[in-house]
Amino acid sequence: MNFETTIGLEVHVELKTNSKIFSPSPVQFGSDPNANTNVIDWGYPGVLPSTNKGVVEDGIRAALALHAEVEPHQHFDRKNYFYPDNPKAYQISQSESPMAHDGWIEIEVDGQKKKIGIAEMHIEEDAGKNSHSPNGFSYVDLNRQGTPLIEIVSKPEIASPDEAYAYLEALRQRIQFTGISDVKMEEGSMRVDVNISIRPIGSDKFGTKTELKNLNSFNYVRKGLAFEEKRQQQVLMSGGKIGQETRRYDEASGTTILMRVKEGSDDYRYFPEPDLPVLNISQDWIDEIGQTMPEMPGDRRKRYINDLGLTDYDAMVLTQTKEMSDFFEATIAEGADAKMASNYLQGDVNAFLNDNQVDLQETDLTPAHLAGMIKLISDGTISTKIAKKVFKAITKGEDPDAFVKEKGLIQLSDPAQLQPMIDEVLAANEQSVEDFKNGKDRAIGFLVGQIMKKTHGQANPKVVNQLLIASLKAL
Amino acid sequence: MASQIDEQQVKHVASLAKLEFTDEQLSKFTPQLESIIDLFESIDKVDTTGVIPMTSASDQINAMREDKAVNSHQCDELLKNAPDTEDGYIKVPAIIDESGDGE
Repeated sequence: MNFETTIGLEVHVELKTNSKIFSPSPVQFGSDPNANTNVIDWGYPGVLPSTNKGVVEDGIRAALALHAEVEPHQHFDRKNYFYPDNPKAYQISQSESPMAHDGWIEIEVDGQKKKIGIAEMHIEEDAGKNSHSPNGFSYVDLNRQGTPLIEIVSKPEIASPDEAYAYLEALRQRIQFTGISDVKMEEGSMRVDVNISIRPIGSDKFGTKTELKNLNSFNYVRKGLAFEEKRQQQVLMSGGKIGQETRRYDEASGTTILMRVKEGSDDYRYFPEPDLPVLNISQDWIDEIGQTMPEMPGDRRKRYINDLGLTDYDAMVLTQTKEMSDFFEATIAEGADAKMASNYLQGDVNAFLNDNQVDLQETDLTPAHLAGMIKLISDGTISTKIAKKVFKAITKGEDPDAFVKEKGLIQLSDPAQLQPMIDEVLAANEQSVEDFKNGKDRAIGFLVGQIMKKTHGQANPKVVNQLLIASLKAL
Repeated sequence: MASQIDEQQVKHVASLAKLEFTDEQLSKFTPQLESIIDLFESIDKVDTTGVIPMTSASDQINAMREDKAVNSHQCDELLKNAPDTEDGYIKVPAIIDESGDGE
């Protein structure tokens, strides 16, 4: 029997606002526990929440980035549940009238483009954070309580683990380019809930779905889904039944392990939140926000390929993050050659970021300095070899022009200075000269190397090559 | 009005609230909840044809706060009301249940 797979993804992204969604408490990471909380976050009796306008605007921004239709008449709903991470015993969310619905994003798998629908997206509050200790107690920090979230629910149109991966990547990129969230799984500003079911091809009913937890990277999402897809096929092929259950992905074994069987549906007893006024979103407001939307990665890629002459691959890598894409654009705005800027960002800059485990914005590297170094290479002032030293300096925030001057790294291109050294090297390496005369072109490489050594790498290899060949022929 | 709620449902609602009732409490609370539901049922008699559902007691629309952070510095006061604290955290009995929403 052949099966088709249906995957559903619920993605939460944490917004980078100044204050919480329903209280003015700061949204800030790394603060002392409970330092950023007030009576509203703790759910004290008699307090009144108030909606953060910035969150509503971010919600509209996300809706536009996901080609979704913004709901003009919105209200909030209470989702009731009892758990120590939420002292109110309910989460303020949107259930009946979510922020937006019927969006889509485009993905590409193996060269095939496909639109994945987004059923709905809504704004809501995050819960606090519990940490567990082996001493029989848990510890609650409510700093995260009330941090604004956007939840994005896909339509059941994702048909493979690879498509799920591509969807997450595309979604992360688009949200990141709007600037509303850092969307980093490793920091919890992007969280993914996954469900998967399979059914015989042609069946008009979806199979029973299982939910997967503990998927802490896109790669684990793909691996977990691939395992689960196969497991479900094996169960059905051997005449078994898929249970409605939650399974945990085990990173070490690459398998999924049963956590709990779900009995009945969740009973959250939603009802309209009476403490918050309704929202009416006008088309004017949506248009106004639309005008402030940054260019999306797809449009940037097209521009890099068509206007700047970069390859598809270069354009893809440079638009992986908004940070990198913005840095690239600022570098060429400072006068650097686009292809060279692209190469340096993908090569030395990326290696530097990986080696030091930092983000671009955390470094002292600036587009002006990178452009400065590239211009020094382009006009022949320094060689690409010397550029390695200059690159090190600009990662420490040093000005490339000043550094090159101060360290005397300017490339030696003056024939009047180079010729005596070439004569010296030729005199000292008669064997190589002989080899060259006998047609061994490799001898040139050796001789150039000797000259580079003599000049501590500062000689302009192009000029040296020319002078050397002329000298050899004249011998 | 006919009985709208039985002891099974009261038990279910209690478990959602992480509460456990004794048999004695169940037989006491069930009729109490029933009478509350009966009271609300009387509201059902009102003809609401053509009335737009109300979701908020406030008649304000788009009353929103600008995104400005204000730290109220209420942490110490708030922690005083917690049953137990440690190093600025609220200390609670070990949570063995599955994680809550948003996790």
